[in-house]
Amino acid sequence: MKIAGIELKNPTILASGIMGTTGAALVRMSRNGAGAVVTKSIGPVPKKGHNNPSMVELECGYINAMGLPNPSYTGFCEEIGIAKSKTDAPLIASIFGGNATEFTEVAKGLLSSKPDCFELNVSCPHAEGYGASVGTEPDLVHEITASVVDAVDVPVWVKLTPNVTDITSIGRAAESAGASAVVAINTVRGMAIDIHSGYPILGNRFGGLSGPAVKPVAVKCVYDLYEALDVPVIGVGGITCPEDAIEMMLAGASAVEIGSAVHDDTQIFEKVNKGIDTYLQKYGYSYTEDITGLSHEMI
Amino acid sequence: MRPIHSKITEIIEESPNVRTFFFDTQFEAAIPGQFVMVWVHGTDEVPMTLSGKNSITVQKVGDATSRMFELGIGDHMGLRGPFGRGFTIPGNGENVLFIAGGVGAAPIAPLADIVKARGIEGRTILGSRCCDELLFRERFDCGRVDITTDDGSEGRGGFVTDQLAEMDTSDYDRIYVCGPEIMMYKVFEILKARNVHVKTEFSLHRYFKCGIGVCGACSMDPEGLCVCRDGPVFNGGELEGSEFGHYERDSSGRKCHF
Repeated sequence: MKIAGIELKNPTILASGIMGTTGAALVRMSRNGAGAVVTKSIGPVPKKGHNNPSMVELECGYINAMGLPNPSYTGFCEEIGIAKSKTDAPLIASIFGGNATEFTEVAKGLLSSKPDCFELNVSCPHAEGYGASVGTEPDLVHEITASVVDAVDVPVWVKLTPNVTDITSIGRAAESAGASAVVAINTVRGMAIDIHSGYPILGNRFGGLSGPAVKPVAVKCVYDLYEALDVPVIGVGGITCPEDAIEMMLAGASAVEIGSAVHDDTQIFEKVNKGIDTYLQKYGYSYTEDITGLSHEMI
Repeated sequence: MRPIHSKITEIIEESPNVRTFFFDTQFEAAIPGQFVMVWVHGTDEVPMTLSGKNSITVQKVGDATSRMFELGIGDHMGLRGPFGRGFTIPGNGENVLFIAGGVGAAPIAPLADIVKARGIEGRTILGSRCCDELLFRERFDCGRVDITTDDGSEGRGGFVTDQLAEMDTSDYDRIYVCGPEIMMYKVFEILKARNVHVKTEFSLHRYFKCGIGVCGACSMDPEGLCVCRDGPVFNGGELEGSEFGHYERDSSGRKCHF
């Protein structure tokens, strides 16, 4: 299936930040059924990330503040090369920077390793000067997207933050700058406190919420973006089973990314794919495209 | 799970740089070799294998462990776990060999406790840099114990591998190993040359970020296995052709060769 400029093996994609540190981990996830894989976010210089605890399972999902740890684009080309040589699943390079110049530098720096697509992280909620710090401003998102689109010859997706008043204004900025798709959503800003010690649980004090708790937020964002944009929307946030993925598609997602659910089941991609096929068959559809955005026609 | 607010109930100074902390939290179901994420409030959270159902044995090496050494009885830490895959518990009638270097004796000691309680015969090679740093000697009292020290201050002068090289290992059903990675790799090479490496289990150490098998910071080449989730204990057969003994990754994901 061709979506947003790349040929996906199936509609389930490994989300950024999950098992994306090494080429070997990405290959493992593609062998577990992912239709494409997204790397961890790569930036201009090596970063060790925030101190631990950096990810904790809560009653309703997961809270994390990794702090964008990465070996920089110079250190990551080798890992992309390994992933590309050992799997035919498309590889999407997630990148971040503090401004358009840095984003473009990273994208150009990774080009030699031949990623199939770039996903711009303008949405990480807990890295000062990066991620959502730049992703809440439509003008900045436009400038960054246009600059990267200009500099590379592969599709560019933009991953959006839900931590804004109107996500469609950011989506429109990305689309008008040449993005081939938008990805919604990144984690929702959140915090957890240990009531016995009084300490915030994350090393960074606050972070991003993922998992089942954020799915309704993601479904609403995908629904709104589908209405507002012409480019495909990739849905992500709290998908743990085929039903979640189907719900996201009915809201308007052309494909879905899966992240935290890898914790409970590393075979999650295979499971979701099988479930989607069963659903399509049951209701007489031929392709996932047939159900994308279907709920918009129900009113 | 959220961290369990755990009170320190006892501290034993094992050596100048190694202390065992006991807590009021018991991990009854923990299998030897499994670990807990230890949250030192305001500093960091680090993985520590359990040296008992309610204890960790810590070597002072960095910020978090240095801060731990400032804590006393009645102070608290947050504990999450037990996580990961532990050692295979030997069956009755099996011959087992323990090979432990330095603070690597900590995860193996609970296994030796089980072996002793079941009356299984277990032989041990216990090594350290010097006699002051020999750990848990009495807990390995389930059969013969060969001691090696780098400086010769007790037992045989040299490394655990010197002792191993002279031993017949064909009769052992299971060989358990923990210590510095270079030591473990030398042990692996000796046992592989004898084609008995599939009987071995090694407890590995890598930089952990999430600790629950999601982020991939501790994933090993070439299979992408997570040390925190798929390990930290690996069979020698699983480690063949891997990064084991060659390199690990730092907190940014860069390779650091041994």
